Amino acid sequence: MAARIVRFATKAPLQILLLVIALLWLVPTLGLLLTSVMPAELISTEGWWKIFSEPSLATFDNYRAVFDNEDLTTALWTTVQIAVGNTILLVLVSAMAGYAFAWLPFPGRDWLFVLVIALLVVPLQTALIPIFSLYQSTGLFDTVLGLILFHTAFGLPFGVFLMRNFFIGIPKDLLESARIDGASELTIFFRLILPLGLPAIASLAIFQFLWTWNDLIVALTFGRETQPITVAVFTQLRQFGGNIELIAPASFVSLAIPLVVFFAFQRYFAQGLLAGSVK
Amino acid sequence: MSAGGITDPQRLRRAATTAVFLGPAVVLLGVWVVYPTLRTIVRSFFDRDGATFVGLENYEAIFTTDTLVTALQNNALWVAVVPAFITAIGLIFAVLTERIRWQVAFRTAVFMPMAISLFAAGVIWRIMLDQDPERGAVNASIVAVKDALAPAGVLEQGQASTPQLEGSPERGFVLRTPVRAGDQALLGLTAIPPAQVPPDAEQAATPRAGPQEITGTVWRDFKPGGGEPGRVEPEELGIPGATVELRDPGGGVTATATTEADGGFRFDDVGGGTYRVALAQETFATTNSGVSWLGPKLITPSVMLAYIWVWAGFSMVIIAAGLSSISREVLEAARTDGATEGQVFRRVTAPMLAPVLSVVFITMIINVLKVFDIILSVAPASSQDDANVIALAMWRTSFGGVNDFGLGSAIAVFLLLLVLPVLALNIRRFRREV
Repeated sequence: MAARIVRFATKAPLQILLLVIALLWLVPTLGLLLTSVMPAELISTEGWWKIFSEPSLATFDNYRAVFDNEDLTTALWTTVQIAVGNTILLVLVSAMAGYAFAWLPFPGRDWLFVLVIALLVVPLQTALIPIFSLYQSTGLFDTVLGLILFHTAFGLPFGVFLMRNFFIGIPKDLLESARIDGASELTIFFRLILPLGLPAIASLAIFQFLWTWNDLIVALTFGRETQPITVAVFTQLRQFGGNIELIAPASFVSLAIPLVVFFAFQRYFAQGLLAGSVK
Repeated sequence: MSAGGITDPQRLRRAATTAVFLGPAVVLLGVWVVYPTLRTIVRSFFDRDGATFVGLENYEAIFTTDTLVTALQNNALWVAVVPAFITAIGLIFAVLTERIRWQVAFRTAVFMPMAISLFAAGVIWRIMLDQDPERGAVNASIVAVKDALAPAGVLEQGQASTPQLEGSPERGFVLRTPVRAGDQALLGLTAIPPAQVPPDAEQAATPRAGPQEITGTVWRDFKPGGGEPGRVEPEELGIPGATVELRDPGGGVTATATTEADGGFRFDDVGGGTYRVALAQETFATTNSGVSWLGPKLITPSVMLAYIWVWAGFSMVIIAAGLSSISREVLEAARTDGATEGQVFRRVTAPMLAPVLSVVFITMIINVLKVFDIILSVAPASSQDDANVIALAMWRTSFGGVNDFGLGSAIAVFLLLLVLPVLALNIRRFRREV
């Protein structure tokens, strides 16, 4: 018992320090949440902590306004389309290329893979201007497809890298026996490789989903009417101060889905980070 | 043809299979990444319309245009400060949480901002850093701490009631007539709204001064009907809690006193010679307007704060994974050999962790070079020039109204050049692995 108290006493300062840090880290997000439920007429004069002393002030009117605002609901739907479409396309293309790099011998394979690694660091700013012109002339400008293709292309270096590194760990015997059984490469890929690669695919999918969902610059460049939620909020933000009662709940809606995805698949998210940076 | 009749279709089929698997990736990377990069490099040597070859003029403009120079300086600051900060914070958090029981909860809290868009994180911090202490949580905390450490003055405003007293609430007031031991000093103020008189104020009175003393009164020299300025009269209230200074002829403060409920104060053991009596500036509350975090001067540190808040979790998670992979046996062996915890950290943990730390550090340098969204959302339009960075400058030059594709391309190529060393590093690491 005494030993326990001593242990607690020596550890207490550290525990308290960490508790304070953890709270500090949560406060900003909490601040946005509480701001978003403040009555519109109070928002320009009172801080969000007012809700603590008067919880009855909290209202969902701001959220109702967001969901009544057609620009914002359309933007939310656009975001879903871009994020889901992009995630599926990227996972498929990355997995296929990753398989080729891991298990299909072809001349120049290593060189091509080095090129993929080289592309890993290319800033997307480098591509904005030519793709802008290309989209203008092909009709891809201001379309969901145009945004999906751009995101997929820039997600590929990481995706191929991740998939190839995962697939290369699959036991060779497994593949050989499937090939001897006469299975075609496509069958092997869909029946054997994809199921085995599920953990890596989950990491990649979550990553790409969050990345696309959270994107601002690509959509801002290649969209006008096709606006995801970040761009829609950004448009509102240009007149910041007057309409914070719309910006705060809209921002919270835009980050609620990534948060849900994050909490549901946290393990894969962390794995993806590790695979991307340590290996 | 006929001799290889068996192998050729087989090879052909294998080639076709490879093409099917690799084709989509090659097309996407070729059209959306490789081609535009080359195109941008070429474009950067042409003027804004793309018609005239201008050599390196666009690159010269990067270093001579004011907003672009600001962007370069800011980016240099970002690279110098942020990756180091994030790596250090991640290391500290990872080490501190290694042996606590609620490790997962702590790490989740710190890691959570990673899921949020940098843009939304910026909105969050724009609200946190609002200049008005009534609305911005950061300024509210600062003002609260300031008030606790140095209580605000008892009065908000006031004027001298006679020409004998000169000064203002901003500077404090000084009595023109010198005083010596045995004198009384009257510091009358007017223009104090009744509501601002401290509630514990009583009828003003002046304590009698002994031979070695200087006494006096700070009071509200006004009563309904007016009264006579400069005289302590019935119905006039003292100002309690005011700070009074006794100054020597050179202006140095030799003693301070605080007034009683009746406004009276007293200096003991006053030596010979003349003195001045002054009502110190502390008496008056300075209305604290809060720090202008989002103004032109502090905007870059403010955005950095928001950015560090987002990325600390990344650093922590990677470093924690690195920590857990250090074998317990090595650590235990060092401890058994008599190494202190400090030595274990410096001699064993730190060197073994070095590769992970460098990965985090380098990843953050790349990310910091490309920082964009969070600046648009934290910085109000009025401070965006001051918060400018390369990636933002590239976008604003190309699409944000200026629409100069030549200069925009040059900025993009410049950004690419900055990340090239990392590219070389990546490739080297890969070749070592294979």
